[in-house]
Amino acid sequence: MNEIIIKNYKEIPINEREAFRYMGVRNPDEPMKKLFAECVTESENVFTFNVCYGEFPLSCNEDEIDLGFGKTKSKALSKNLASCERIVLFAATVGHGIDRLIKKESLLSPAKSVCLQALGSERVESLCDFFNNELKEQYLQKGFHLKPRFSPGYGDLPLELQKAIIPALDCTKHLGISLGNNLMMTPSKSVTAIIGIYK
Amino acid sequence: MGVLELLKKQFLFLDGGFGTFLQKEGLKPGEHTESWNLSHPDIVQSVHRKYFDAGSNVVCANTFGANSFNFPSDEELELIIKSAIENVRIAAEKSIGNQEKFVSLDIGSLGKLLKPFGNLDFEEAVSVFSKTVKLGVKYGADLITIETMNDSYETKAALLAAKENSSLPVFVTNAYGEDGKLITGATPEAMVALLEGMGADAIGANCSLGPKQLESVAKRILSCASVPVIMKPNAGMPKSVDGKTVFDVGAEEFSCEMKKFADMGITVLGGCCGTDDDYIRLTKEKVSSSECKNIEKKNFTVVSSYTHAVKFGKKPVVIGERINPTGKKRFKQALLENDIAYILREGISQQENEADILDVNVGIPGIDEPEMLKTSVFELQGVLDLPLQIDTSDITAMEEALRIYNGKAMINSVNGKEESMKAVFPLVKKYGGVVTALTLDENGIPETSEKRFEIAEKILRTAEEYGIEKKDIVFDPLAMTVSADPNAARITLESVRAIREKLGCHTSLGVSNVSFGLPNRGAVNSSFFILALENGLSAAILNPASVDMKRAYKTFCALNNLDEGFKEYIDYCSDNLQNNSTKTLPADNDKSLSELLRNAIEKGLKENAGELCEKLLSEKEGLEIVQTVVIPALDTVGKGFEEKKIYLPQLLMSAEAAKCAFEKIKAAVSVTENNNDNSFPVVIATVKGDVHDIGKNIVKLLLENYGYNVIDLGKDVPKEKIVDAALESNAKLVGLSALMTTTVPAMEEAIEAIHKNVPNCKTVVGGAVLTEEYAEKIGADKYSKDAMETVRYAESLKN
Repeated sequence: MNEIIIKNYKEIPINEREAFRYMGVRNPDEPMKKLFAECVTESENVFTFNVCYGEFPLSCNEDEIDLGFGKTKSKALSKNLASCERIVLFAATVGHGIDRLIKKESLLSPAKSVCLQALGSERVESLCDFFNNELKEQYLQKGFHLKPRFSPGYGDLPLELQKAIIPALDCTKHLGISLGNNLMMTPSKSVTAIIGIYK
Repeated sequence: MGVLELLKKQFLFLDGGFGTFLQKEGLKPGEHTESWNLSHPDIVQSVHRKYFDAGSNVVCANTFGANSFNFPSDEELELIIKSAIENVRIAAEKSIGNQEKFVSLDIGSLGKLLKPFGNLDFEEAVSVFSKTVKLGVKYGADLITIETMNDSYETKAALLAAKENSSLPVFVTNAYGEDGKLITGATPEAMVALLEGMGADAIGANCSLGPKQLESVAKRILSCASVPVIMKPNAGMPKSVDGKTVFDVGAEEFSCEMKKFADMGITVLGGCCGTDDDYIRLTKEKVSSSECKNIEKKNFTVVSSYTHAVKFGKKPVVIGERINPTGKKRFKQALLENDIAYILREGISQQENEADILDVNVGIPGIDEPEMLKTSVFELQGVLDLPLQIDTSDITAMEEALRIYNGKAMINSVNGKEESMKAVFPLVKKYGGVVTALTLDENGIPETSEKRFEIAEKILRTAEEYGIEKKDIVFDPLAMTVSADPNAARITLESVRAIREKLGCHTSLGVSNVSFGLPNRGAVNSSFFILALENGLSAAILNPASVDMKRAYKTFCALNNLDEGFKEYIDYCSDNLQNNSTKTLPADNDKSLSELLRNAIEKGLKENAGELCEKLLSEKEGLEIVQTVVIPALDTVGKGFEEKKIYLPQLLMSAEAAKCAFEKIKAAVSVTENNNDNSFPVVIATVKGDVHDIGKNIVKLLLENYGYNVIDLGKDVPKEKIVDAALESNAKLVGLSALMTTTVPAMEEAIEAIHKNVPNCKTVVGGAVLTEEYAEKIGADKYSKDAMETVRYAESLKN
C-alpha cells in the first residue's frame, strides 16, 4: 500500500525554551526576549503547518535495509528499527514564507535573522512532535507502538536517501518540498523522517 | 477546426486522472509513468480511449514528467514523447466518440524549486521545458497543457518555453491550496495577470482540491480573466478509510459541481486525481443543458508580483522612486561597489512606507547596466513582494529584467518616437507588462496639452498594431518644472484630465519634477499631487517616505471616500505621533554624546546609535568616532561574547547598532576613503555546493564594523570565482564557510587554489562541521570558532 495522507494544522503552540536553545541562549535577558517577541509577531502569518505520510513495508538484513520505497544501509537505523515490520515515512514543512523572511532580515537585522532561524527550526520540530504524538495515539488504538523518528543525516543514515523519500511521498506536489543538488530541502524548515511500527 | 475556434463555440471537455489507471495495471512506485508509453502502449492507449469514448475533446499525452531531468538521454526522451503523442492519436482513431478530438502535449513541474530559494536557474528551467516543447511540436501535438504548477516562477519558465518554441495554443492550470494561493504565494489574480500578459490561451486551476474547495478560486479567476477559464478538480479531498486513500466525491456529485462551474462561466472542464472516464461522461451530460458563454474581456490595468496583483483604479497607486541613482551620491557609490544589500534596503524601507510598486533604475555610467538591473530585480523579488517597475532606456537591460521578473511588470518607459515604440512594444507583447508611455516624440515635449494628447493617441494606435491593449498602457504626460514655465503645471494637469476622460487610459506622473528651483519643495509637490489626483491621475512616482506626500495621499483618500471609516488616516496619524515620541532620546545630560553612543552600541539600540552618531558628527570627525567610540564599544561586546557572558543574537544587535552609526558616518563622508588604518580587503564566501550563509553573514557584519572592506561572494561559490575576487581586490585574507560535511572537499580545493594563485593571501575557515584539526588537515591558515575570532585574526594580520 502506498497511499499518501496529507494533514494540515492551523496552529502549533510555540515552545519558547526550545527556540532559545536553538539560538544558544540559556537565560534570555529583556532585550533578547523583546527581540524574540518581535520575531514572533513578524512571522505570525508566515508559517503553514503541513505534513504528508504513508506506511511502507520493512525488511532488514543486518545493516542493509529495504524500506519499501527504497533501499539503504545504516547501522543506526537498523538498530532503531529492530523488531519492526512496517514503517511510517513522513515529511513536514512550515512553508516557504520563513525562508523569505530570514533572507529579508539578514539584510536588515542579522540578529533578527538568527532569531528567526531558531524560531523556524523550533516551528518545524514542534510540528513533527505534534504530528508524531497524534500518530502514536492512532497506532496505539490499533495495538501498535512507534519508535522515535529517524531522519536522513542522523548517525550513519545517508542523506542520499532523500532522493527516494521526496518522490515516494510526492512531496513536491503535496507540500512544495523540493530537493536541491546538494540534497538540502527547500523550504529549509522541512523535515523528513522514518518511524518504526512494532507490536 | 483548431481547438481555440472550437472553444469559441462550445464547451471544451478535457480528460481526467491518469496515473491511478496505470497503478492498477501494476505501475511500481518510483517508476516513471512516461516509460509506459513505450513498454505498455496498449494500456496507455486504452486509458486515453476511455476518455475519448466518454466525450473528451482534449486528451493529454502521457508526458507530464517527460523532461530531460527525468530522462537525461535525448534519444529516450524523444522516443517517449513521440510514442506518447502517437498513443493519443491511435486512441482518438479507435474511439467511438464523434466529437472533435485534440492531442495535447502535457507539461508538469520539474520537481525542483527555482532560485533564489531553490537552486534551479530560471534559464535552465526554460531550456529544459523548451526541449520537451520542441519534441511535442515535432511529433504533432495540437496544443500544449502546462498543469499542476504550484510556483508562479516555474509556470512562467514553462510558458516562456512554450511561446518561444511553438505557435501552438497553450493552456495553463495551477495547483492552488486551500488558502486560495499557490505554495509559493501567488493569488489567482496574480496568476491571471502573469499568464494573460504572456499570452496563455486559457488559464485555470487543477489538482490539489475538489470542485467545492475550488469554487472561490474559480470565481476569482473568472472575475479578472479575459481568456477562457479551465477547471480540472480532483475527485474531492483524499480521505483515509481503513488505511486506504479514497477521494470523497463520486462521479455524480462531481458532475453536478462541474455543471455549477459551467453556469458560472467556466468553459474548459476536466478532472484530475481520483477522477476517471465516468466523471467526464457525467460532466459532459450535465453540462449539455448549460449555455456556453464566451468570457467577457476585462478592461483592468494590472501589474503583479509573485504574490499579488495591483490594480489601477479608484485608489491612487504609489510607485516608490528611491531605487534610482539620479542625484544620490550614496546610491551611486552602492552601485559602483556592487552593494546589492543597499538597494534591497531601499526597497524594503519603501515597502514599509506603503509603496504599491517599486521603480527600479540602476543606470549610471561605468557599470554593466543589463547585469546590474537583472541582479537587482532578481534580488528584490527574493526579499519583497511588491510589483516592480523596470526603469531603463537600455533595451537589452529591459529585456533581461523582464525575462527573469516573477510576475507582470510595469515598464518605464516607451514614448512617441518610432524608434522607442519599435524597440519596447515587442518586449511588452512577449513578456507581458504595463508600459508607461511618455507623451513626447521626435519633436520633443509639446508645449500644449492638445499636442501631448495627440502623441498619446499615436502611441495607442501603434501599440494596437503590436497587439498591445489599451489597458496595458499608462500615460505619463510629463510634469515639467513650473519655475521655468509658469504654465507647465496647468498643461500637465490638462493632459492628465484629457487622457483619462477622452482615452479612458490611466496616467502616472513623476510629481516632484514640478518644484525644481522653488523653496519648500515638499509643499509644492504635495499640492500638485493633490491637484493631479483631482484631475484623474491614477499613479505617481514619488518618495513614499516623504512626510508631505504621505499627508497628501492620506488626506486625499480620506476626503474622497477611499478610506473606509478613516482607518488608514487614523492609523497614519497615530503612527506618526508614536514615532515622534520614541525618537526622543533619553535625557541623560550627565553623559557626553560619546558615552551615550558607546552605551547605545553596547546595548544594541539601533535607532539611538544612528541618531547619536549623527549628532556626534557635528563635534567630531568620522574616523575619530570610529576609533574612540565604535570600535571600543564593539571590543567590549566582543569580549563579553568570548567570555560567554553574552549570546550571539546580542552580539549581533550591537553590531547592527554599530552599523547604523557607520552608515551615518559614511553618509557624512560620502565616500569611504581608504583610511590609513591598515585595514585591507577581505573576500568571504560559502563554498561550492553549500547554501548556508548565516555564519558568513555574521562574519561580514563584524568585519565591516571593524572597518574592513568585505567582498561578499555569497553562497555556493566556485573556487575560480574566489581566486579571481582575491586577485582583483588584492585581498590579504579569504574567509570560507561550510556547514555540511559533503562540502568540505570543495573548501579544501578552494584553499589549495588560493594558496597557489594568491600566495600572500591567508585563509580562515569556519562552519559547523569544522574543527581546529580538520581545518589544519585541509590546509587552512586559521580556524575560527566564531565571528569574533575571525575579526581578531584579521586584526593580527595588520602591520
